[in-house]
Amino acid sequence: MPRIDIARADLAELIACPQCDALYRAKMPAHGERAVCARCHTVLIAPRKRAGMIIIALSGASLVLVLGAVWFPFLKISRQGFVNEATLLDAALSFTGGPLLVLSLAVTALIVLVPLARAILTIYVLGPLVFDRPAPPGALRLFALAEALRPWSMAEIFALGCAVALVKVADLANLSFGPAFWMFAALVFLTVIHDRWMCRWSVWEALEHGYTARQRKVPA
Amino acid sequence: MSAAVTAREAGFVACTRCTRVWPMGTERCGRCGKPLVSRDTHSLSRVWAWWVAGLMCYFPANLYPMLRTQVLFTVSEDTIVGGAIELALHGAPFVALIILVASVAIPIGKFAAIAWLAISVRRGSVATPHARHRLYEIVEYIGRWSMIDVFVVAILTALVQLNLAASIKPGPAALAFALSVIFTMLSAQSFDPRLIWDRADDDNDSGDRA
Repeated sequence: MPRIDIARADLAELIACPQCDALYRAKMPAHGERAVCARCHTVLIAPRKRAGMIIIALSGASLVLVLGAVWFPFLKISRQGFVNEATLLDAALSFTGGPLLVLSLAVTALIVLVPLARAILTIYVLGPLVFDRPAPPGALRLFALAEALRPWSMAEIFALGCAVALVKVADLANLSFGPAFWMFAALVFLTVIHDRWMCRWSVWEALEHGYTARQRKVPA
Repeated sequence: MSAAVTAREAGFVACTRCTRVWPMGTERCGRCGKPLVSRDTHSLSRVWAWWVAGLMCYFPANLYPMLRTQVLFTVSEDTIVGGAIELALHGAPFVALIILVASVAIPIGKFAAIAWLAISVRRGSVATPHARHRLYEIVEYIGRWSMIDVFVVAILTALVQLNLAASIKPGPAALAFALSVIFTMLSAQSFDPRLIWDRADDDNDSGDRA
């Protein structure tokens, strides 16, 4: 593709690799295929059939799991007749007193609030698009926020932490997993599948032009 | 998809969040609202600032105890490495390995990797931009996993509260370690990977392209 061609193109048709700044004319690949940056191999566009609906379903499921995981105990311990169960809130609020309170707030945010916020924002932003309604107010800003929160959503790390904790005190007392642990384990899978299905470029395009407009552009 | 012309070479500035392209000089992305810079020139200063902050927290995180375990009337304090060694001796070498990798190998590797990337952007490097970009992706992906030790402390503290029989309290290292992980994550996020590829172009350009 000669340079002049790109320089004269309509800006809305161009896409720049966010990692290496290489410039391309955006062309929607077929469903299930991916457009990859030729220089640094970053995935640029990866549309999938009915992705919107599936992502909303996954977000809804995550929402239920996180809320459930907050109330049910995730580990149970017993030793010499003493029994204790810990819920997520207990763990999140375990650093009480002094400067460790900051840590308590941070842990709560990382394992409960951020995953919850991401699920709610995703449903709010994508819901109307999937049903062919205009994007809700502030959708662009809120989707940007959901994207910024992505690395700070650490529910899956917490799930592995449960397993490590189990082994760590195995010789100190008897431990067993509660329902919330399995909810978190399921959440790990949901998060992975969610990231597989999410094509960010498609969402930005849809938010800018509307869902159907994008659909019509597909065969380009 | 054709050979790479960068947005900057074509006279555009690209949004790194939503990949939309704008004429050079545009201040904010008209689509997602992110402030636009063709190359983030302050990127490296921010990388180093967070890097130093992270390193400063990493030392107390290893020197102070992470856990304070009380069983009946004996109290023991464990640092990160001490706790892992104890686990290995108590017949759980695999878990000890997870802890050592997540809390020692990954953080130190991250400090080294970020520093090397930042230096190589300034001075050039023999490694290909592909290799360096790959390293950057790994650092960005893996950094969050260091948080696991902080979560283990939180879980144990909440769980092991059995009066005299056994109880566990967090030590000051937990806070330092969490801060260290967060600061290094911010350091990696501040890095502008486009700089890796610019430098590579400059090196090639000096010979063949005018």
